[in-house]
Amino acid sequence: MTPVIEAKALKKYFPTPRGMLHAVDDVSLTIQKGETLGVVGESGCGKSTLGRTIIHLLDKTDGQIFLHGEDISDVKGRALRQVRERMQIIFQDPYSSIDPRKTVEFTIREPLKVSKKYTREQINELTENLMELVGIDMRLRGAYPHELDGGLRQRVGIARALALNPDFIVCDEPVSALDVSVQAQVLNLLKKLQQSRGLAYMFVTHDLSVVRHISDHICVMYLGQVVEQCPSKELFRSPLHPYTRALLSAIPSVDIHRTGEPEILEGEITSPINPKPGCRFAARCKYATEACHAPQVQEEVSPGHFVRCCRVNEI
Amino acid sequence: MAELEKNAGHFLEVKDLTVEYFTKEKVVHAVNSVSFSLEKGKTLGLVGETGAGKTSIAKSILRILPDVGARIVGGEVLLDGVDLIALPEKEMRGIRGNKISMIFQDPMTALNPVQRVGDQIAEVIALHNEGKKDEFKRRAQEMLELVGIPRERYSEYPHQFSGGMKQRVIIAIALACNPALLLADEPTTALDVTIQAQVLRLIGQLRDKLGTSMILITHDMGVVATYCDNVAVVYAGGIVESGTREQIFDHPSHPYTVGLFGAIPNMNEDEEWLHPIDGLPPDPSNLPKGCAFRPRCKYATERCGEGPIEMAETPDGHQCRCCNLEAVIKGEKAK
Repeated sequence: MTPVIEAKALKKYFPTPRGMLHAVDDVSLTIQKGETLGVVGESGCGKSTLGRTIIHLLDKTDGQIFLHGEDISDVKGRALRQVRERMQIIFQDPYSSIDPRKTVEFTIREPLKVSKKYTREQINELTENLMELVGIDMRLRGAYPHELDGGLRQRVGIARALALNPDFIVCDEPVSALDVSVQAQVLNLLKKLQQSRGLAYMFVTHDLSVVRHISDHICVMYLGQVVEQCPSKELFRSPLHPYTRALLSAIPSVDIHRTGEPEILEGEITSPINPKPGCRFAARCKYATEACHAPQVQEEVSPGHFVRCCRVNEI
Repeated sequence: MAELEKNAGHFLEVKDLTVEYFTKEKVVHAVNSVSFSLEKGKTLGLVGETGAGKTSIAKSILRILPDVGARIVGGEVLLDGVDLIALPEKEMRGIRGNKISMIFQDPMTALNPVQRVGDQIAEVIALHNEGKKDEFKRRAQEMLELVGIPRERYSEYPHQFSGGMKQRVIIAIALACNPALLLADEPTTALDVTIQAQVLRLIGQLRDKLGTSMILITHDMGVVATYCDNVAVVYAGGIVESGTREQIFDHPSHPYTVGLFGAIPNMNEDEEWLHPIDGLPPDPSNLPKGCAFRPRCKYATERCGEGPIEMAETPDGHQCRCCNLEAVIKGEKAK
């Protein structure tokens, strides 16, 4: 089956006074219809940049992007606007991603109006349907963002992303600003919409319990590179890359009877500006040897399970 | 007599603490008659969602609530038997940063951006101790090394440090005068998980080494499970359940606590759907009569709306503010 989204060797570098910042470096991935790809990693690892580059909010440096098998890497102008209707994004902070001076209804209507595909009556009807779909009461149509709580505001963001009936949505930390009880409401909504509309999601988050719940496949990123990529269940059952293992071990578990000391990484994330050619995690890795300073290739260790580590078979 | 002896063991005791914020139009009931105690060397976790009043509790212990718009309406905060609320401001100044200190959530804003980090540590030491400038500097350098930062970085500015290192500097400032009580308000919320693990381990090691008691404020149940001895669950400005870590995690009994655990995605089991708590926390300027959780509670009965709810003892001996305890434990919903 043709995947909804496919990226091949995607790169995004930012020029800085001190050199090139490798935000996304040689990332390849595919997302099928109705599936969720979780992208996890720590702040600054390039996970948000990856999502934004795929939907053309940022211009790529190199690589290819396919939407339903069609190469959209270099689309411009009108063609780009058409492509954008099929790819949407939900941002992390519902407090700053929605215009504080526009009503809920205006924000949801705007994409419908901009697309110039619908008559005024159709727009009215679609807006009402969208509000109902995401669970915003019609009496709130004239409300301003400051009158809503975080959960409702994020629902406005979701409705706006759904307005033009996209195939693919980048969810960039959509529940990170929400409390757990509200987070659960929003996650359930996203899942329900995916099932009814066959949406493909790219779910960017740093919260591993959330990503485990919502994802079919997971990419673990470190300093712009994908270090491990496999089905969600497998990642949590048998993580292979040393970074993935440390990351999973560092999550404070609600299980108070868990045995074993967490593995605590020493040091901090190194600079993404002009990185050395070898493994980027080597400086913090307890298994690092000479071989790790050579460029690392992504290997398929078992069907569908990719790891970028030269010592994976030894550890 | 027995009562007196029991109280003597508590190093910190908060009794009926009530805090209000007010404007011309309304009064916000941020902290409602909160009582808890803490023993020497132990860590109490205060958990709850945004706006539950956790930070207001910590700020009233240290008496750093804003001068305008906030007031401590009643209650006592007894530290070694001395009521901090009744203390004159001048004496309170000698306690802040010395006997009690606080770590704030955001390491990016808690440091002075135009002062060298080392001087910010030395400042606290100089404020509470007699001695020479060189001596303060030497002790500040020792503190830097204690939190794992080379002393050569004494003269650098906060922008030259990463988030995790800034939080270490803040920990150094907080512990510089060897406080008896440390209030840590979401100390790792702004940090990544691997850095969070480093910082929490550091706080734990220093706490054990210096014998500091700690109140750890967080919304992360995982952090509580890993680092606290006792837990108090805060909802709408009141404590709804408290007990040891084992009691709360093995036998959560208040419908809110049960709901909170249910809403967290489970790391060990696969579930198709999460179980959110219906509705939203109440407006603290207009709290419902009786139990504040009643409008969202599936066990609610008429009794829940009548007057204040007393703490009840659960079968395993911890405290829970619920009048339908038996039904909740059996899992029987109200009609």
